[in-house]
Amino acid sequence: MKTTLRIGAGAGYAGDRIPPAVELAEKGQLHYLVFECLAERTIALAQLERSKDQDEGFDPMLVARMRAVLPSCLAQGTRIISNMGAANPLQAGHAVLAVARELGLPQVKVAVVMGDDVLATLTQSGMALPVLESTQTLGDLQAQLISANAYLGAEALLPALQSDAQVIITGRVADPALFLAPLMHHFGWAPDDWQSLGKGVLVGHLLECAAQITGGYFADPGYKDVPNMARLGFPLAEVSASGDAVITKVAGSGGCVTVATCTEQLLYEIENPARYLQPDVVADFSQVQLTQLGPDRVEVTGGSGHPRTDTLKVTLGYRDGFIGEGQMSYAGPGAQARGQLALDLVRQRLADAGYGEFEGRYDLIGVNAIFGQTTTSPHEPAEVRARVALRVPTQQQAQHVAHEVEALYLNGPAGGGGATRSVREVIAAAAVLMPRESVDTNTVLLNAEGH
Amino acid sequence: MLLRDIAHTRTGDKGNRSTLSVIAYDKNDFALLEQHLSAERVQAHFAGTVHGPVERYALPQLGALNFVMHNALGGGVTRSLALDAHGKCLSAHLLAFVIE
Repeated sequence: MKTTLRIGAGAGYAGDRIPPAVELAEKGQLHYLVFECLAERTIALAQLERSKDQDEGFDPMLVARMRAVLPSCLAQGTRIISNMGAANPLQAGHAVLAVARELGLPQVKVAVVMGDDVLATLTQSGMALPVLESTQTLGDLQAQLISANAYLGAEALLPALQSDAQVIITGRVADPALFLAPLMHHFGWAPDDWQSLGKGVLVGHLLECAAQITGGYFADPGYKDVPNMARLGFPLAEVSASGDAVITKVAGSGGCVTVATCTEQLLYEIENPARYLQPDVVADFSQVQLTQLGPDRVEVTGGSGHPRTDTLKVTLGYRDGFIGEGQMSYAGPGAQARGQLALDLVRQRLADAGYGEFEGRYDLIGVNAIFGQTTTSPHEPAEVRARVALRVPTQQQAQHVAHEVEALYLNGPAGGGGATRSVREVIAAAAVLMPRESVDTNTVLLNAEGH
Repeated sequence: MLLRDIAHTRTGDKGNRSTLSVIAYDKNDFALLEQHLSAERVQAHFAGTVHGPVERYALPQLGALNFVMHNALGGGVTRSLALDAHGKCLSAHLLAFVIE
């Protein structure tokens, strides 16, 4: 058994950069390369794609990513794990095989983990479940519901890891579980070894946003400088059997791994650090210690865990009306006053058209679009951008809002320019908790013959 | 002195909540953070944007505070009408907090 497992992060979100993943695949000497590509509502959008074409609904960058890393990973025995299956993991698995055939790698086998799609189960028996952060039940959203996907845990990936597949494709899985699973598989951690599982979640949490721990989303010139940022490397962890780990990156890549970058990522999107709820364990980060061992090497110890809960979180995608938006710029002396006049005019015209009841935003970008009225400046800005956005029930109403802003050209203050307008359907996310025993998972193995 | 001189920050989003970490560059300054950055003062700094309540967690061994700001993201990232729906910019705004 390898005493240290080397796991790398090949993507931290659906649109992430590909060259750093190639660099990791080639030089990271990895056992596993994990691509985390599913945001909260990505599956709902993918489900809409699948409903138009049953061969779609998986990550649109899957083919490009596989083409870029498969040869190195196959040559070095690095296994790939990814949630790029999105709303159609099985078809994603076939797409991986198609890339392998195209690259002349017919020996590739893919394991597909399914069972996260619980829409049918919930439709039958879950409509009374309360929606989190809301007074509604799932039944109240039923007519608008697009998707319901349980966050699977690492346990669901173990059968795939026990197979000889080099690529493992999933739909919705808790992000850290994509990293915890190979650790459980390799070190033989029991599913109730809460301390080890907590440490594994910690490693996963630190890696799952890729460059956000190697100097990405960190630089602040003069305060937090990051070297060679244009060529930011992606991170890898060297994990010991105890679950303690060193976070690092490949030599020569850009960016930095420091206690400061690791602390920012450790607390990123964390609420109570002592209770980070995950499908496999309630992880405890409250006593974590970070130590700089050398350049771009940070040791992570002190992670822990507590028994898991009886429920799995399910993310729901539902239709929630449309947002109509328009923007227009004003510059030069009096820019802010003319921008404000533009907003006042659009507000009045929309009220006259019966839109006063809808939730809206009337911002001056450059003045108050981010923090509302909390910032004041004695200096008038050289330019401002007026922005109006309303959430309305229909596409037609959203178009009316956008047009009303554009019409400022001929009907608004002097000197407005650069109008843009947009209309988009709101696919909102919400969540329920469901009993974990109601979620059945299964694994399908595919080989080059496509079955 | 501004918070920016002694600490760095990062925000994340969870539903309609914004999580905000504040990390001392030098762990010796952690006591200053604990003393000045109460949950109430942080909420007041974001008046008009964060409707609260705000909770605070301390990780002294990391020189860090972690804030959970409720009702902070205009109904949540997926529904928000805000330009910065994730509240990513909130972290930078806290750096202007004055420590006297």
